[in-house]
Amino acid sequence: MRATAERTRAPFGVRALPVTDRAEHGAYVVLSVRDPDGPDPQPGQFYMLRAAARWGGGAGERPFLPRAFSVLRARGAGERLELQFLLEAVGPGTVRLCELTEGQRLSVVGPLGIGFTSPRAGHRPVLVGGGVGIAPLAIWQDGLDPVTPVLLGFRDGPHAAGAALLPGARVATDDGSVGHHGLVTELLAAELDRDSRAEVYACGPPPMLEAVRRLCAERGIPAQLALEAGMACGFGACFGCVVPTARGLIRLCLEGPVLDAAELSAETFAVPGMGHSG
Amino acid sequence: MSTGFCGLELEHPIINASGTFDAIAARRVFGDALHDAFPFAAFVSKTVTLAPRQGNPPPRLWELPAGLMNSIGLPNKGLSGYLAEDLPVLAGLPVPLIVNVMGFSRAEVGTLVSAFAARDEVAALELNVSCPNVETGLIMGADPSEVARLLSVVRPLTDKPLIVKLTPNATDPPAVARAAQEAGADAVSLINTIRGLALAPGSDRPWLGGGTGGVSGPGVRAIALAQVSSVRAAVSIPIVGMGGVASGADALELLRAGANLVAVGTESFRDPAAGARVRSELDRLGSRAPLSGAS
Repeated sequence: MRATAERTRAPFGVRALPVTDRAEHGAYVVLSVRDPDGPDPQPGQFYMLRAAARWGGGAGERPFLPRAFSVLRARGAGERLELQFLLEAVGPGTVRLCELTEGQRLSVVGPLGIGFTSPRAGHRPVLVGGGVGIAPLAIWQDGLDPVTPVLLGFRDGPHAAGAALLPGARVATDDGSVGHHGLVTELLAAELDRDSRAEVYACGPPPMLEAVRRLCAERGIPAQLALEAGMACGFGACFGCVVPTARGLIRLCLEGPVLDAAELSAETFAVPGMGHSG
Repeated sequence: MSTGFCGLELEHPIINASGTFDAIAARRVFGDALHDAFPFAAFVSKTVTLAPRQGNPPPRLWELPAGLMNSIGLPNKGLSGYLAEDLPVLAGLPVPLIVNVMGFSRAEVGTLVSAFAARDEVAALELNVSCPNVETGLIMGADPSEVARLLSVVRPLTDKPLIVKLTPNATDPPAVARAAQEAGADAVSLINTIRGLALAPGSDRPWLGGGTGGVSGPGVRAIALAQVSSVRAAVSIPIVGMGGVASGADALELLRAGANLVAVGTESFRDPAAGARVRSELDRLGSRAPLSGAS
């Protein structure tokens, strides 16, 4: 089992933070906000986000609930702390979040959850991401040796533009438009052939995470997987985000979102709607 | 705005709805700041059952226009686990503790009530006779004579205030409330969630792992207001009003309709400090004392 990770505690309540920058990276938007009253988050922690104004009234009169997002990067400290989030407009909540521009406000609760922990003794990190799930790997990469392998998978070229956020990443695309034509787990298999002392850090869609889990389990490679589940609150109140593990159903927001692959199984990733709620 | 409720002296009239705030989890996430600015005047625990429950399989949530539908299934550690692990922690909260209990038979509820009757840490008990997510949960709260029979068993077991949480999924909630009052209940609370269904997109199967779910949030507020008003016309005991409260103005409306306390539920998911905000908004609005002979 991985070492017990430290949790950076969140200030109690919602903070309405000014957007300082909005940048497009192909299919993605990176939103930057200033968070002078928030603590420096741990890599892998997440925030519950919603627009401070006009939250609701989108498709199907949604969104109503805030949306959970891993922090992409944290820069500066104290009053100068700036947080970045990686967004993709796939549903009424993310559409609204992607509309926010400089000077508007993003309401946040966080940092929440428990993030990544350092590799076990003698193991070297390998980072594997898919789609918008590359976000927590960026802040984790910031603290690792620059030679750390980073393998990213995307649907197509516009999505692969997100790879520029992680320097030195190797890319696979489903349509072959950028990098390796195929799955990122094929790149991972080749990497693990070269390095049997790897520890894998992965975040991405459930089928990718299940493929990573299986690959690592077959080879006895430890892995830390950042999961996502439909979540109403992010702080253990609603009991909505449970995932099946060897410990039973656990609240992902409280015990995760990063979990040790050893306590997961194919059942974990078979929960309907485990991917992004939009 | 100190508020009397069933002999308890509360600092203000805003509490939480059972199952919408986990004070132990929130302490892990927010640290001591939670206790320094505790958002509720009393803390209502999640439902405790006799045996431990894992709850319903996921998915458990479905977002609605102006609300949420859930099918959680009352996960909890069971009576012994709660007494050993949770009660000692919750006893350290800066506000009185109300324990919500549910049993699958009158005898089971009796066992739960007796166990908590013996604990000084517990200020009052709320009887969950209304959870729509568990097959048998509907039965006791849907029928006045069932509620009367339940109270005839549990009322003699404790002097602590007994609050009966009414279900809106009953034909005649005021009749159930009247039966509860006549059988010795000290207060009623309402509304619980309203039963709903979501189909998995593009299919004829339920989306929620538990099948149907409970609808909550601003979309049920008008229903809560109507039910609180009609129950107030039927009973003189105190009422805890809840259902879609997201602001001080919402809370004030429930008080005007006859509630003595107001519980915040789903809004706490969007804002963990919602209870404190509702309370301060209510203070600014200047609440009027509720009306008919309750104390």
